[in-house]
Amino acid sequence: MTEGTTAAPMGFGRMHRKEDARFVRGRGTYVDDVRLPGMLHGAILRSPYAHARIVSVDASAAEAHPGVKAVITGETLAGMGLAWMPTLSADVQAVLATDKVRYQGQEVAFVVAEDAYTARDALELIEVEYEPLEPVIDARRALDEGAPVIRDDVEGRTGNHIFDWEAGDREQTDAVFERAEVTVAQDMLYPRVHPAPLETCGAVADFDRVTGKLTVWCPTQAPHAHRTLYALVAGLPEHKIRVISPDIGGGFGGKVGIYPGYVCAIVGSIATGRPVKWMEDRSENLMSTAFARDYHMRGEVAATRDGRILAIRVKVLADHGAFNGTAQPTKFPAGFFGVFTGSYDIEAAHCEVTGVYTNKAPGGVAYACSFRITEAVYLVERMIDVLACELDADPAELRMKNLIRPERFPYTSPTGWEYDSGDYPRALRLALDMAEYDKLRAEQAERRRGGGPLLGVGISFFTEAVGAGPRKHMDILGLGMADGAELRVHPTGKAVLRVSCQSQGQGHETTFAQIVAHELGVSPDDVEVVHGDTDQTPFGLGTYGSRSTPVSGAATAIVARKVRERARLVAAAMLEASPDDLEWSVSETGGRWSVQGSAEHGRSIQEIAMAAHSNLELPEGVEGHLDAVTVYNPPNLTYPFGAYVCVVEVDPGTGQVKVRRFTAVDDCGVRINPMIVEGQIHGGLADGVGMALMQLMAFDEDGNHLGASFMDYLLPTSMECPSWELGETVTPSPHHPIGAKGVGESATVGSPVAVVNAVLDALRPYGVRHADMPLTPANVWSTLQGEPLRTDLAIT
Amino acid sequence: MQVPARFEYERANSVPHALALLERHGPESRVIAGGHSLIPMMKLRLARPEVLIDINGLAELSALGVEGDALLVGALVRHAELLADPEVGRYFPIFHDAERVIADPVVRNRGTVGGSLCQADPSEDLSAAFAAVRATALVQGPGGVREVPIRDFHRGPYETAVEPGELLTGLRVPIRPGAGSAYEKVERRAGDWPVAAAGSLLRLGDGVIAEAGIGLTAVGAEHFAAPEAEAYLVGRAPGAAAFAEAGRIAAAHCNPRADQRGPAAYKRHLAGELVRRVLTRAAARAGSPEGEE
Repeated sequence: MTEGTTAAPMGFGRMHRKEDARFVRGRGTYVDDVRLPGMLHGAILRSPYAHARIVSVDASAAEAHPGVKAVITGETLAGMGLAWMPTLSADVQAVLATDKVRYQGQEVAFVVAEDAYTARDALELIEVEYEPLEPVIDARRALDEGAPVIRDDVEGRTGNHIFDWEAGDREQTDAVFERAEVTVAQDMLYPRVHPAPLETCGAVADFDRVTGKLTVWCPTQAPHAHRTLYALVAGLPEHKIRVISPDIGGGFGGKVGIYPGYVCAIVGSIATGRPVKWMEDRSENLMSTAFARDYHMRGEVAATRDGRILAIRVKVLADHGAFNGTAQPTKFPAGFFGVFTGSYDIEAAHCEVTGVYTNKAPGGVAYACSFRITEAVYLVERMIDVLACELDADPAELRMKNLIRPERFPYTSPTGWEYDSGDYPRALRLALDMAEYDKLRAEQAERRRGGGPLLGVGISFFTEAVGAGPRKHMDILGLGMADGAELRVHPTGKAVLRVSCQSQGQGHETTFAQIVAHELGVSPDDVEVVHGDTDQTPFGLGTYGSRSTPVSGAATAIVARKVRERARLVAAAMLEASPDDLEWSVSETGGRWSVQGSAEHGRSIQEIAMAAHSNLELPEGVEGHLDAVTVYNPPNLTYPFGAYVCVVEVDPGTGQVKVRRFTAVDDCGVRINPMIVEGQIHGGLADGVGMALMQLMAFDEDGNHLGASFMDYLLPTSMECPSWELGETVTPSPHHPIGAKGVGESATVGSPVAVVNAVLDALRPYGVRHADMPLTPANVWSTLQGEPLRTDLAIT
Repeated sequence: MQVPARFEYERANSVPHALALLERHGPESRVIAGGHSLIPMMKLRLARPEVLIDINGLAELSALGVEGDALLVGALVRHAELLADPEVGRYFPIFHDAERVIADPVVRNRGTVGGSLCQADPSEDLSAAFAAVRATALVQGPGGVREVPIRDFHRGPYETAVEPGELLTGLRVPIRPGAGSAYEKVERRAGDWPVAAAGSLLRLGDGVIAEAGIGLTAVGAEHFAAPEAEAYLVGRAPGAAAFAEAGRIAAAHCNPRADQRGPAAYKRHLAGELVRRVLTRAAARAGSPEGEE
């Protein structure tokens, strides 16, 4: 097998996941499973108002309640300089409110008690006097003259504007629009959604007064970044902080940041000298932790009459909530939205993004969005269908005509992104063939003549940009987005890999062991993967943005190759040969270095490992053992892509949508464990069905959250999901050590718009061109009446 | 973590014992059966009973079957039992239609028929199904059992004819040989509460509709029924035009409210559309050539 250029998966392919042995037995260890001697329990009092001034907080009755050990308020924290904490976007966020509350569900006070019941009981004894203020709920009104100023904590602030950001060439784009034969425009909302992981957020903080060491267990996707931030914010010495991220029940980007509850648990432990556990409930999770999207977009496309796309122009109003807390590289306030030209070879493009504050929870980058590529793909793929409507063109043909051709790679987009590799027409053709596209169109024509449920076919073609990123361009709060790996090889040749990323279900314990196994010619069972503990792993920025395989996976391959090269030196000493005369081979018996041309003169990797620890006189450059360390700084992002075809049936009498088929062709470069890849795609496709059809996080005019439970915020079930039909093409990344590109978010990025395009395709005979997600039965029916719903506001 | 406020717990070992416990603990006590409404509300602290009286051990409330010319459904019959019972399906396919779309298997294994009706949620599916078939509720108190027509049972949202100190013990549904029935619901997702739902029962005779029952839920229909549409149908020949008109009448008389499941106009439209559909299906099941499965 030739590394990085093969269509076959890497060695060991579809092996079962090593971590499943514990998960299927119920033996995982999540934060809520951590129970320490003497542990206390915390609970958070939250604001019932979206916007109100805090007149007073009286905690005396709660403090007097039996079993209560401490009540922490904003005032308590202000005394310690901890009432506010920095966000990941260089703003600040209240830990516990001191002056005002700025969204419903915001943290106001923290009770520490002997048990969770007592803590909850005591919350009801805290008296907070609020003076309600007019909230800003509709993002489109946030910049109005006279709109209430949400962030009056910042001196001199007179409005709710956060930032303006642009990409591309405005003049060139405008000029293309001027002379274009055809232009179309469409307003669209990518509504606020929530990743809603099965495991909510929480923490166990244990401050040891004797050693001064703080240990924090919490489900973080970025344990090392958390440790550094705690050190910078709380002034604790970094070597006295240990962050342990145990098994995580789903992250999707919502567990990247630091939440006020974590800080409260830490302060609670410092105050009481005992460990403190805080676990939020479902409503708290949905109301206060990182939401995703909330992009109000206007897209415009300029094209020729025969369907050649010339330019795209976009304006975005981005609702960032009450604090600008999006997790993204510093130089990218709109994330990677700049890839909005998608998979198409376009002459000119320009976008402007304006971020605003509203009285809603902070966040914005979560739910497997690849730093806003989800919004970008939604925009461009919706616009292609709008253009197809305008030109009365077939949306598949229109895409095929405009896709970037394979010979154009590496391709530099008009907004400056360098796509590493791809064969887009091949992937789209495969998806259309698998779905039997022509037959579907024939069936649709038949249905349109004969009545019955409406049939819709939707296509999306997406290009992802993942694996952030080159540290020259990408950092979070000054921390470059590189990741480390350490590989120890024990005398018997068994190995321990330590990585800085942290799995939330991606299967790293298996795939990273497979990478090492492949590189060293050992069994994956002989490689243990350690992650999620800052005392045990090298520094790195963690798992989000589909970056684990592109960055940590690369570090893993490189560190294994370093070990292999050290083994070469040791083998040369063992064989009394020159290292240059040795060749590496992997056979059924494993990896070995042997003298070129005489395979019998060789040593297995296990023999070499033992020799490296023995009394063998070691050659220059080997002090002993084979262990190695590396840090991987990616030279570029990787660009996975895919073509999806969704088939739906719509009941025009009720507005109900049924997804009948979904065909997904993904190209994520070389696959390590195809089963794990497919599992991630299945999950992302289900996410897409959920976002497109049911996930609704609206707010009423008072700022009440209307999706704060799983009765109101619906996640899809197997009943809404068809049997997924997957296909693949393999275009290796030319710059990644094993040619892999990352896949964790591809399906979440690509699928929602395929479903939406399918539903709107079904409604096309009714003159419908667009409606916003989610396409609930009510929204579909209202759209058929010519009145699509405004899905970010309460239905009235 | 969601944790309820403090409460006491009593386990009843007979109906009289349950009634005695209700009397002893008074209005701040609540009967618990499947607990699928009450416990979530307690964990959210929207409900804070001082005492829970557990009736899950009362086997006498679990009867399900034909007794004489009626189907008897004990209050403790689980949704899954109603769904699995072949006799129920033979005489009242409406219940099987409804149970297939109530919540999910986990909830159906534990949730009870009596609990669903006593919760009196304005979006409850079974309330509409029992209203359509004109069941009789059996309510037992210290003075004995009284019979309450199901259309008098629900007095308003979360309010029933079961007085303090009383217990719903079961429901009786008269069997109409040859009748057809059906239920249909529009939901945003499998297991969700209905956006709107309708059930119907039709008995035909001499080529016309001899009896019509229509139940509606989640659309603000008084007593979960559509009496004006029923009156319109009786004596008429079954057919698409009659069913559509009945739907229009039912829609005109309900009072839906907008919420995140949809605007009022949409729910009103659904009331009409679903009534039309369930009448069409019930007619087919009653053997009418005008019907359609």
